[in-house]
Amino acid sequence: MTVLDSVKRDAPQARPALPKISWAWLGLMPFFLFAILFLLYPSSTIVVGTFQDSKTGGFTFQNILSLLKDPYVLNAYWLSIKISIVTALGGGVFGFILAYSAIRGGLPRFMRSSLMTFSGVASNFAGIPLAFAFIALLSPTGLLTNWLKAININIYDHGFTLYKFWGLSAAYMYFQFPLMVLIIAPAIDGLRREWLEASENLGASTFQYWRYVAFPILLPSILGTMILLFGNSFGAFATAQALTGGQITLATIVIGAQLRGDVLNDPGLGYAMAFGMVIIMVVVITGYTYLQRITERWLK
Amino acid sequence: MRRTGVIWSWFWMILGILYFFLPLLATFIFSLKAVLGHLSFKAYVNVFSDPKFQSSFPASVIWAVLTIIVGILLFVPTAYLVRLRLPQARSAIELITLVPFVVPAIVYVFGLVGTYSHPPLLIVDSPALLVAGYTVLSMPYMYRAIDTGLRAIDVQTLTEAAQSLGASWGTILFRVILPNIRVSILSGAFLSFAIVMGEYTLAQYLAKPAFAPYIALLIQNKAYEPAAATIISFALIWACMGIIQVVGGGEQGQVAGGH
Repeated sequence: MTVLDSVKRDAPQARPALPKISWAWLGLMPFFLFAILFLLYPSSTIVVGTFQDSKTGGFTFQNILSLLKDPYVLNAYWLSIKISIVTALGGGVFGFILAYSAIRGGLPRFMRSSLMTFSGVASNFAGIPLAFAFIALLSPTGLLTNWLKAININIYDHGFTLYKFWGLSAAYMYFQFPLMVLIIAPAIDGLRREWLEASENLGASTFQYWRYVAFPILLPSILGTMILLFGNSFGAFATAQALTGGQITLATIVIGAQLRGDVLNDPGLGYAMAFGMVIIMVVVITGYTYLQRITERWLK
Repeated sequence: MRRTGVIWSWFWMILGILYFFLPLLATFIFSLKAVLGHLSFKAYVNVFSDPKFQSSFPASVIWAVLTIIVGILLFVPTAYLVRLRLPQARSAIELITLVPFVVPAIVYVFGLVGTYSHPPLLIVDSPALLVAGYTVLSMPYMYRAIDTGLRAIDVQTLTEAAQSLGASWGTILFRVILPNIRVSILSGAFLSFAIVMGEYTLAQYLAKPAFAPYIALLIQNKAYEPAAATIISFALIWACMGIIQVVGGGEQGQVAGGH
């Protein structure tokens, strides 16, 4: 592109000149090349592997069929789904209450910015260090375990184990509720004070305000963010791996083990399992995007 | 009615603060107990003097810096061109930048290893593959940060002004556009830095030295040292988020992955 070109462009153009378009597309080539080589092509091998017979190389539905019949794999999915539902609901409700308290709860303004900063840090504090922080807190000799013992509550006598479902859920909550706070805060900001005043002037109770005004407006946003939290937990691997030493059979843990050495004794089944996770995540992200779009209609 | 509302707000906030700080407090206290009988920073000294730390931590820093450089070189010209000339490519590119959300890291590395571990594409041992993988993982955040920055400036006018002064494309990109979106790039860069420094899955399965796999190793073999390493890791994230807030002028919350 030279000075001459730009001088030419000063004249009003009815339509863009064709050669210019092709040059611009050429400028996008590095990005597309990168995306194809390191994202799309590697991801597509999972799809290919799912529908390919690992011995003959021919097309087959057998991998999907054996996935749907394999109780080990199905249980792994189910456990992942359960922990994702529990932590999405728990993190979603807790995160929403926190964000609402900080933004509209009558607290001093600095509480809001502190909560946002903490949430930004906590939602990024995940994986291996998070696992160890919960070991220090809730293992049989952990800080909180000892404190509770001092007041005669032994959580390990009541069936709690850090290394199983509820322990891992407690750790996941550490990145789940801050994510809820970060994403839901703009929606709560969008609730206009006039709506509360108007409903109060019309004689509505607090319950009626929530039931007929605030909740219906926030619902798509809350649901959407909870779906996102579901996905956030469904794809989590490092925290569970470090906390349980790979003993808890989540879908991600099984894929990790399959990658280290064919634990499923069937490479095709491994691909099908990874493919199933991608399908679930596609549903999750689509649902989130759809619900966010509904929210935007109300909260500008 | 209003007063009880405020009391409840404080109650929930305190609960949130406890959830946030108790695990860190537990870790911190534990990290000071390496010497029997009194508190000390011995565990930190042990970590810093561990040859494995001295190789894995700088390695992670190098991966992070390379990831940021590759990200800037790849995404700034792309986002710029899309804004300036090719709005019709926007939806396709935005879709691609969302794919890393849809493919969990462990599934992604499964695909990477499956693709690049046999000839003719035998590059699974190359450090470049790890950097490419990290660039992919940080892409949703980096690309979005750059694109947000470009939205805030008048790309068209800046470009035409630079062109009429005789600037080449390289000059326009790196001496006109880049300085104007440096705040967005910095926040994207520090978020990427935090992601890469805490990332476990890719480095572990591509068998490269990195900080998170090192902490995982410590958890298996040591008692107090992983506590010290966890605190170091937390301080690092806090620093990155703090820098993002300072350069962004209080721009709120950034979220990353790597769970």
